[in-house]
Amino acid sequence: MLQWLPEDVSTFGQEIDSLFYLIYYITAVTFILVTVLMVVFLIKYRDQGGRRATYSHGNTTLEIIWTIIPAAILIVLAFMSASTWAKVKRHAPDSDFELQVTAKQFNWEVVYPGADRKFDTPDDVKFDNDLHVPVNKVVRVYLGSKDVIHSFYLPNLRLRQDAVPGRTILVWFEATKPGKYELPCSQLCGFGHSGMKGWLYVHTPEEYTKWAQENLAAKSQ
Amino acid sequence: MSDTVAAEAALAAHAHHGELGFLRTYMFSTDHKMIGRQFLFLGLFMLLIGGTLAMMVRWELAWPETAVPGFNWIPEPYMYEGIIPPQTYNALFTMHATLMIFFVVMPIMVGAFGNFLIPLMIGTRDMAFPKLNMLSFWVGLVAGVVMLSSFLVPGGPAAAGWTSYAPLSARPQYTGVDWGQDLWILSLIILGASSLMGSINYITTIVNMRAPGMTYFRMPLTVWSLFITAILLLLALPVLTAALAMLLFDRAFGTSFFLPEGGGEPLLWQHMFWFFGHPEVYVLVLPAMGVTSDILSTFSRKPIFGYHAMAFSMIAIAFLSWIVWGHHMFVSGMNPLLGTAFMMTTMVIAVPSAIKTFNWLGTLWGGNIRFASPMLFALGFVSNFIIGGLSGIFMASTPVDIFIHDTYYIVAHFHYVVAGIIFALFAAVYYWFPKMFGRKMNEGLGKIHFVLTYIFFNGAFFPMHFLGVAGHMRRIYNPTQYEFLLPMQHWNVFITVSAFLLGASQFIFLYNFIVSLFAGKKAERNPWQANTLEWSAPTPPPHGNFEVQPVVYRGPYEYSSPEVEEDWLPQDRNLGTAAAARAH
Repeated sequence: MLQWLPEDVSTFGQEIDSLFYLIYYITAVTFILVTVLMVVFLIKYRDQGGRRATYSHGNTTLEIIWTIIPAAILIVLAFMSASTWAKVKRHAPDSDFELQVTAKQFNWEVVYPGADRKFDTPDDVKFDNDLHVPVNKVVRVYLGSKDVIHSFYLPNLRLRQDAVPGRTILVWFEATKPGKYELPCSQLCGFGHSGMKGWLYVHTPEEYTKWAQENLAAKSQ
Repeated sequence: MSDTVAAEAALAAHAHHGELGFLRTYMFSTDHKMIGRQFLFLGLFMLLIGGTLAMMVRWELAWPETAVPGFNWIPEPYMYEGIIPPQTYNALFTMHATLMIFFVVMPIMVGAFGNFLIPLMIGTRDMAFPKLNMLSFWVGLVAGVVMLSSFLVPGGPAAAGWTSYAPLSARPQYTGVDWGQDLWILSLIILGASSLMGSINYITTIVNMRAPGMTYFRMPLTVWSLFITAILLLLALPVLTAALAMLLFDRAFGTSFFLPEGGGEPLLWQHMFWFFGHPEVYVLVLPAMGVTSDILSTFSRKPIFGYHAMAFSMIAIAFLSWIVWGHHMFVSGMNPLLGTAFMMTTMVIAVPSAIKTFNWLGTLWGGNIRFASPMLFALGFVSNFIIGGLSGIFMASTPVDIFIHDTYYIVAHFHYVVAGIIFALFAAVYYWFPKMFGRKMNEGLGKIHFVLTYIFFNGAFFPMHFLGVAGHMRRIYNPTQYEFLLPMQHWNVFITVSAFLLGASQFIFLYNFIVSLFAGKKAERNPWQANTLEWSAPTPPPHGNFEVQPVVYRGPYEYSSPEVEEDWLPQDRNLGTAAAARAH
């Protein structure tokens, strides 16, 4: 089933996928165990006439075992998840590459700060729906929304964050492979929700410099 | 005991009542059994509509922007010669979820079976407040009419999802839906009043009107589950009602509770909605768990494994359900540290669910299992709950949820849990039909219905996990607009075909239900040889339920007890003092 995961091209995607795989194996083993037991019981203890069911009200030792084992596994999973979560959502690394993405029905507005590296200045450069970033570079995105809630979703980077009107949320990613990746909106945002999407272009450093010269430097003057 | 005297006096007084007219018997009845039947018919009717909406959603996802056969009569702009436009698509899944949750599962599991079973199972003649009970149904029906009427207003019904996230739902220009969303809000406020009346009645009845000897820990797990459900509803609904009122004010009177331009906070809606919404999930699933426990024990001819563990795990679920709502909001922009805290509580709430599953397995172990239709459906519920429970662990883990949030993985998960309740619902209908209507359903058709439903249910919902893994967003109108989803489109077709077959299989049930209602074999008093008190009442039970006030001597699950020769021992059978003393 997990072969259908989109290709991962982010620095933290591997950690998220490992957790996904771990939970997948744990739940698969549990599922098989429980289902096999159930099927065996259903066959073995079917009514064949002349038999009487075991008169038992339960077993305290078993109750304790099957309370503690799942509890232990789940708590360990929670702690393992907490560090990856903190890395992706709580501790955004510093970077001099910053973008503003503002969602609105039904577009992503992308703003580059221009030569002064500050937003809301005359040299800002705006694009609709397309992000161009260099590979192996931390990208910090200031995410906002002009109307309703949208969600910034990069499946290939294992990144998702709702864009909420009235607040700016910092998200970050670092792409590890050049290419063109889809950027759908993943929160219902109205009749144009389906099809609200952009593209993330990850360039090699040389390509990016070329793109920036043609599109950013030229426009911001 | 004075309780007994009072109960018997009430029974005797009741016997002097004359015949009630048609209206008082079938329409404005205060008899809990008739109100239960009314809720059942309301729920089954809504199931037909909610199911049809689902079929249209599935058509669109498999063959986007093509004409739905048989629907070209719907006028523009709602449909274009059978083609569903995006706006209508949003309304379809919004109303599908709303109807299924609020007008199918709640009226049937809580309304119908809660009403029908609580007084019978605890051995009393009716609910504590019969008139309030009648009002609860009629108010619920009004809510249903208001909800359905939103299909007919200009702009169509609500289209902001059943979660109606603000600001999308808070301003008509964001969705283009004006009246529809207002009626949606009003309908749910009215329905909230109906559920509140019901839950007050359930709680009062269970606390005060149990038959002599019916201690809390001799109550069937069905009653336990409905008791806890009623408490959850009583505490959760006011929060939803408050949130809905605020939303209506934002829409109609220019307030800004949820609108940032006026100083409001969009996430406040989510906090309030899910503070109601998560307990609501357990409102839906707890009665299914209770019913399943009773049916598994009866048809395994064996006491339920770990009765106390079962009751206490439901209590634990009820408490924990108040502190897990934030797991719906991991990527909402809520403080990520809060996300970590909600992940911990969410992992913990999985434990009581695991305990219940293991105890169901323990009940089967060493049993003498009879595979009648109710049992098959109860086993189907357990099987789905295993999958739905396990898939929940993925999204409990915050980092994994970043990827699978708002994808078909979630859609798969909650359909295994919430749509899986339909198995418990069918189990309950097949099981109590003889008591409700005095006739039996056709057993052969029941088995065919089960096999087809089980296969096509899994065919429809299991591959949704695959779509989720591939990143397929939920609530999108046309998956083929996305290049990364194109290789998965064949699964959408597979799911849709399974869903159609699943839908078609339900006509077997419908046929069986209607034909059995009028021409089924007459049912005896206790066709399943079960222990609980409802089977001691005549079939169908008259107004007032029992011929004599039942007295309870033991727990509800004394199957295959060594005290008696047969393999069941009803709760109200008096074995004499010697045997009773041995049992303690």
